[in-house]
Amino acid sequence: MRQVTLIDSKLLHLIITRLSCQLIENHEDFSNTVIIGLQPRGVMLAERILEQLKGMQPKANIAYGVVDPTFYRDDFRIHDKPLIAHKTDIPFSLEGKHVIFIDDVLYTGRTIRAGLEGIMEYGRPASVELLVLVERRFTRELPIEPRYVGKSVDSYDNQQVRVMWKKDGGEDKVMLLTE
Amino acid sequence: MNTMKVTEQRGLSVKHLLGIKDLTRADIELIFSQADEFKEVLDRPIKKVPSLRDVTVANLFFENSTRTRLSFELAEKRLSADVVNFAASSSSVKKGETLVDTVNNILAMKVDMVVMRHASPGAAVFLSRHIEASIVNAGDGTHEHPTQALLDAYSIREKLGSVEGKKVVIVGDITHSRVAISNIYCLKKLGAEVMVCGPTTLIPKHIESLGVKVEHNLRSALEWCDVANMLRIQLERQDAGVAYFPSLREYSMQYGLDKALLNSLSKKIVVMHPGPINRGVEITSDVADSDQSIILDQVENGVAVRMAVIYLLAQNMKRG
Repeated sequence: MRQVTLIDSKLLHLIITRLSCQLIENHEDFSNTVIIGLQPRGVMLAERILEQLKGMQPKANIAYGVVDPTFYRDDFRIHDKPLIAHKTDIPFSLEGKHVIFIDDVLYTGRTIRAGLEGIMEYGRPASVELLVLVERRFTRELPIEPRYVGKSVDSYDNQQVRVMWKKDGGEDKVMLLTE
Repeated sequence: MNTMKVTEQRGLSVKHLLGIKDLTRADIELIFSQADEFKEVLDRPIKKVPSLRDVTVANLFFENSTRTRLSFELAEKRLSADVVNFAASSSSVKKGETLVDTVNNILAMKVDMVVMRHASPGAAVFLSRHIEASIVNAGDGTHEHPTQALLDAYSIREKLGSVEGKKVVIVGDITHSRVAISNIYCLKKLGAEVMVCGPTTLIPKHIESLGVKVEHNLRSALEWCDVANMLRIQLERQDAGVAYFPSLREYSMQYGLDKALLNSLSKKIVVMHPGPINRGVEITSDVADSDQSIILDQVENGVAVRMAVIYLLAQNMKRG
């Protein structure tokens, strides 16, 4: 397996700062905006962004939740491996809210579609925007595009983009793995 | 795409849920962790997920049931499965059709999963050898009632934090109880200490071979335990003409749990009952409705646990 570093820890920090600035630019004090992290990997990024936003906007009270797309996936009973659910925790209504949806890697768009269906159970949001750390270009199987992108990459199907976090025991970085 | 975590995970080791005996500890823990997620679903304004929209489940109840049947039906509907119900009292079984024929006819209508309750021990195992669909045993005679044991252990885990190391006494008619056997298997697999308590006539010989303690004095058993699971006297399963105890009144005096006894114990124990309760026989009303009772939590958890079982079994049936 060949490994290439797409984003190192210094660049990752810069990207998280930039994405946070873009969110503040569009949502100001987050009074009617909520952040939803996608289980399992998007949550790590969402927490980092949240931390950054709190540092930049100490007075803002930003509502945060996590959604698990497992029960809404379209590959249940097709996927080779079992789809095991993670926690969903949205302790507020999404009715009329602007939702910022956060995941680490955007590939086919199917996980996002499932996640969108999941959050609709919590009310009808005014809008949903997608933020991703890595967008894999030209690989979408559904018409889903992000509004905020950390980095766009071109990759083959046999490659995998892996986001690693310090919290998991390694260092903050994004790798491109080739089988 | 969140594929990385998915590849590390495993599903249930079985195709059917015939009894707790066939499950591994990892299976039981997987069912519990999925039930946690389904409990959250059941607390939402919209208590439904679309996972099983392409699955049809037949509930075959050859024996009467209210709670279990409703619980299974709700679990299936909350998962968006299509559900067909069957009760033996209003069916062709009365006309002499065999079990395999009845079920094969239902399967010919493209049913993917069968939830069955039957009066004969081993009915679910028998069926699993003859048909392709996944089978969930919802109680087969005096053999097993696996989902009840799972929801009981899940409720203990929820109330006390874990099952490992806890002391559980099962009180009452152990001989005729499928709940008792399934509970013993389940609790032992999860590392609990188990005791059975009842009159000699209602405790099977050699039950110690399952690794349980036997006690005939209710007070001693209750002083020992953290959790008491009070079973119903299974009058409908006891052989006619055999007197297992002199009278219900005497049974109740020896093995019934009332508030005075509960309050006189040296610690606060958790009281469980699989239902239906014969109030005033195995437990009195004030015990059933006390803050130490988790009887209604058991019922609530039943739906989430059954959702987890059906979801995980469906996972093992590939879409063809």
